Amino acid sequence: MSEFIIFSLLNTLIYGLLLFMLSSGLTLIFGLMNVLNFAHASFYMLGAYFAYQVSIHVGFIPALFLAPLGVGILGMIVERYGLRKVHAHGHVAELLFTFGLFFLFNELVILIWGRNPVDYQIPDFLDFPLFTLFGADFSAYKGFMLLISIAMFIGMYLVINRTRIGLVIQASLTHPEMVNVLGHNVPAVFMYVFGAGAALAGLAGVIGGNFLVTEPGMAMALGPIVFVVIVVGGMGSLTGAFISSLFLAGLQTFAVGMDYSLADFLGHFGIQASSEGFWGDIVRIEIANTRAMIPFLFMIFMLIFRPKGLMGVREE
Amino acid sequence: MIDNTTMDSAEIKGGQAVQSGFSGAAIAKWAGIWLGFILISLALPKIFDSRFAMSMFNQMGIAIVFALSFNMLLGQGGLLSFGHAVFYGMGGFGAIHVLCMVNDGELRIYTELLPLAGGIFAAILGFILGFISTRRAAIPFALITMGIGELLLASSLLLPSFFGGEEGIAGDRWTEITLLPFKYGKSIEVYYLILIWMFLSVAAMYLLTKTPLGQMANAVRDNHQRAQFIGYDPHKVRTFQFTLAAFFAGIAGGLFAINYEMVTAENLGMLPSTDILMMTVIGGITYFFGPILGAIFITFLQLVVSNVTHAWMLYFGIMFIIMIMWAPDGLAGLIMRHQPIWRAKRMTKILPSYLAALVPGLVMFAGVIVLVEIMFHISLSIDPESPLSIMGVSFRAQAFMPWAVGILLLGVGGYLFKLAARRVNQAWKTVLAEIKQEGV
Amino acid sequence: MKTRTMMKTIALILAVLFLSAPAMAADTIKIAFIDPLTGPFANVGDMGLKHFIFAADRINANGGVLGGKQLEMVPFDSKVSPKESLIQLQRAIDQGIQYVIQGNGSAVTGALMEAIAKHNKRYPDQQLLLINHAAVTPAFTEEKCDFWHFRTDAHVTMKIKVIADYLTSRPDIKKIYLINQDYVFGHSVSAAAKEYLAKMRPDIEIVGDDFHPIGKIKDFSPYITKIQSSGAQGLITGNWGNDMTLLIKAGTSAGLDLEYYTFYAGGLGGPTAIGEAGIGKVYQVTEFNNALCIQYKNKEDEERILAFKEKYGEDIFYLKSKVTMDMLAMAMDKAGNAKPKDVAYALEGMEIDGYYGKTIMRAQDHQLLQPMFMSRLVKQGEGFAKYDMENTGMGWETVYKVDALDTAIDSPCDMKRP
Repeated sequence: MSEFIIFSLLNTLIYGLLLFMLSSGLTLIFGLMNVLNFAHASFYMLGAYFAYQVSIHVGFIPALFLAPLGVGILGMIVERYGLRKVHAHGHVAELLFTFGLFFLFNELVILIWGRNPVDYQIPDFLDFPLFTLFGADFSAYKGFMLLISIAMFIGMYLVINRTRIGLVIQASLTHPEMVNVLGHNVPAVFMYVFGAGAALAGLAGVIGGNFLVTEPGMAMALGPIVFVVIVVGGMGSLTGAFISSLFLAGLQTFAVGMDYSLADFLGHFGIQASSEGFWGDIVRIEIANTRAMIPFLFMIFMLIFRPKGLMGVREE
Repeated sequence: MIDNTTMDSAEIKGGQAVQSGFSGAAIAKWAGIWLGFILISLALPKIFDSRFAMSMFNQMGIAIVFALSFNMLLGQGGLLSFGHAVFYGMGGFGAIHVLCMVNDGELRIYTELLPLAGGIFAAILGFILGFISTRRAAIPFALITMGIGELLLASSLLLPSFFGGEEGIAGDRWTEITLLPFKYGKSIEVYYLILIWMFLSVAAMYLLTKTPLGQMANAVRDNHQRAQFIGYDPHKVRTFQFTLAAFFAGIAGGLFAINYEMVTAENLGMLPSTDILMMTVIGGITYFFGPILGAIFITFLQLVVSNVTHAWMLYFGIMFIIMIMWAPDGLAGLIMRHQPIWRAKRMTKILPSYLAALVPGLVMFAGVIVLVEIMFHISLSIDPESPLSIMGVSFRAQAFMPWAVGILLLGVGGYLFKLAARRVNQAWKTVLAEIKQEGV
Repeated sequence: MKTRTMMKTIALILAVLFLSAPAMAADTIKIAFIDPLTGPFANVGDMGLKHFIFAADRINANGGVLGGKQLEMVPFDSKVSPKESLIQLQRAIDQGIQYVIQGNGSAVTGALMEAIAKHNKRYPDQQLLLINHAAVTPAFTEEKCDFWHFRTDAHVTMKIKVIADYLTSRPDIKKIYLINQDYVFGHSVSAAAKEYLAKMRPDIEIVGDDFHPIGKIKDFSPYITKIQSSGAQGLITGNWGNDMTLLIKAGTSAGLDLEYYTFYAGGLGGPTAIGEAGIGKVYQVTEFNNALCIQYKNKEDEERILAFKEKYGEDIFYLKSKVTMDMLAMAMDKAGNAKPKDVAYALEGMEIDGYYGKTIMRAQDHQLLQPMFMSRLVKQGEGFAKYDMENTGMGWETVYKVDALDTAIDSPCDMKRP
């Protein structure tokens, strides 16, 4: 049992930090601009594809820097020439625009790289077991992912809390009009934040794309989960996103180990549930099987009962 | 803070369009349009009689009801739902389960009334889910509906006795128990059944926009605080609007069940939800007839253009983005924008500029098509080496010339189109100024 | 030029709408291929289409059917959606097509089966025949069996039986873990595995029986941890697509020491995604692999493999595509016409000598019985693995063969014949 717990904790940490890398940008963009960017997960996908393309030609390490940079620039272009224009049509239009982008990016990726997964592999120099615990390997690449995630987290903390632009961002989160009045160029801040958020998602793609699979469906698969993270954490809150990333990762990781169904529960009370028909289906479901549903249940309850999330900065 | 941002800056014309329809001449005009619509629908199967065309018209009818029900939320209520297909799908399942019971002899319900069963089932569900999700509008609402959609889709695989697992639930619409002297074995009979239900639903949804509830939905959309001050609970109004939208989506689902004689869990997933969203937005959400246009146009694209090119999803996406950025009122908005000019009989003044824009526009479009088709051919076709044929011209996709031609068409067309667009703008400005001066 | 080409497109679109009379050229028999050609599974549909076109071309080159008629595959895009495929079916009927080949997505197969059965009842003069080349839900040839449906792939229970049969040759395997996708298919794999392991290897202990959400899991590490601690030596999974490759990738990266018995590891993109870490550990159960022709010295099949690669630059995955088309052609010749009803009766009980043994279309339930093989992923050049897959430098080595009749499972099908 202890090995299950230790490995599950490590897996939680890796998956959680990956989620945070994705959700931090999204939550910042929401906090600043009040825009829920549906295309955010597309930046994650583009990061993986850019990294694949760059790593074929010049290797993995340059890709680690170039791919997020490329995605970041793309993000800035999207904000400057797309979102800013659509902003005039209102919030629903903004939502629809980012949703359309999500759709379009997917099709463009298929157009360029095809529908099959591309052969984006873990670099050879990181492809060995780092240590072995209870007979199971912990791969070096997982260690590398942890390292990058933690470095990113520290870097982001320093930027937000120790730099001038970080202070402007913090102020814009709470008092956007005031910041504008003080003479800061808020639209430019928006553009940079949008670009930086996209770049972070791109970075998650670079280190996640080869660990998982780089294929056109990857944005669709991760997109909804990232929304759940920022809703549960509180839209606009970085700390909230951090906590809820780890929380949701843990929830999904540990749920795997629970083979416990309603029928088992009723069994404790001596109730023999029927195994036929609709109720038979329901009592048969094990907790582990609901793994895909748990996050959405959380999100719905959160939105109903505590819409500002765990650490929300503002409500309504 | 979040709620009242919905659609606040978008200009809402739906209300005006509806209200202006009550003078004698206007009623005659509306009646004329509707009568024309009905006559065309009745005649369609006589003109296009292939089975494929029949399936397409049936699908269009279903999509029209579904899109209008979606617009009860988005256009009239300002509620952007990412899970409206839940009610479409559940309505379908409700109807098909009833049909199965009829097949097994456990129930006697006229085949014609099955959509109603779907609608009622969906409405009950819609009331419950609407009560939960409409407390807030805008982003929280969008996310809750998305979450509910994902939840139901995930649970559909866990509950095979209701959803039929992967294969779904199938029934046989060819029963003896019918109201009219048809058995609904042939798709032409189903076409007329769908037609009847479609016109009933369209009329009902149109009349609903004029009831106090419809008006209150508009008011809550535009400013929920003000609506609250005059004594209407926005939550209550939205819940009712949501329930009604679910009801009509359920009717569409019931029609689906009759038409395809089977319902699978894919009907309530994210895909049909986003499909209907894109359909409605492209058609235009600020006019009642917008979603009808969108449903007809996009269904046509999905079914016909997808047989001609495999890149249709990309064209669909490009079109959606263009609509959002330059024509947020959709196709209906583009048409209705011309109404004042039409009335002032000034169309001739802007048509030349349109023609001038049309040519470079087509050139630009041809450039896009050439480039997209080349790339698709190289990355996705069965044999990239085989010659690619675009509109009757065959060539090798790997050659340099087609690329050059595509880029040239795009570049030149784009540049000229930009110039022409300026001319269109100019023509518009002059005409509008003239109209203003004359006070027409 | 522009107006002419525009007119052509418009004419094409109108033709789709107007075409109601079956415009059948007398010298070709059209066969609809309804599988995903756009969307996320287009690669699989595309690959299948190539296989069937290739098989049809070879029949045509040998003189066609019914004394010179040519077979023509007409692709239709199912988008793996039942609704979409039903519309495409109508299009196919418009073109006078009477044969449908389909395989991807049990939902689509189920919809087509239902629709074709109803259509044949309602329009007895315009009947259709469905050949299912890949949907493995046992029910299609068991309780839901239908006269108008034939299946040319082994279904879930048959594949599991082959795995269990193979395990009788592996007394060293004592502990098996089952992990499958959480939907009807995954559950039927698990149920069949439990049943047949208990029958054929009662000493094997099933140490885990997991279901995971389909297509949702990005990181399988938590499951791997669980499998690791169960002490399993072998793992049976029906997973396909990313659920299969991600599972195996997570397992190999954790250094999991066990064998993976899969249905679809050899599927399109599988070897590429699994990578070298899978060598010697990953097994598949199929009717074909590209090392068989070397092992059984079958020159004809080797020539087929090379010709396919020559033509499309890709590897061949199936033998069943050839068997399907050959049987269909033979049945037409035997029936003496191309009427689906007569051809269906001709297909019932048909026997051919396949490349690797006798192959029979069982009359009772329309399920094809063909020799099945367990094969293991190996380095190219090892043993009989002369050819690799997807340019990975890895190929297959056959470790076990089950003859056609031994793959058979009793079917409760009570076929109603017109």
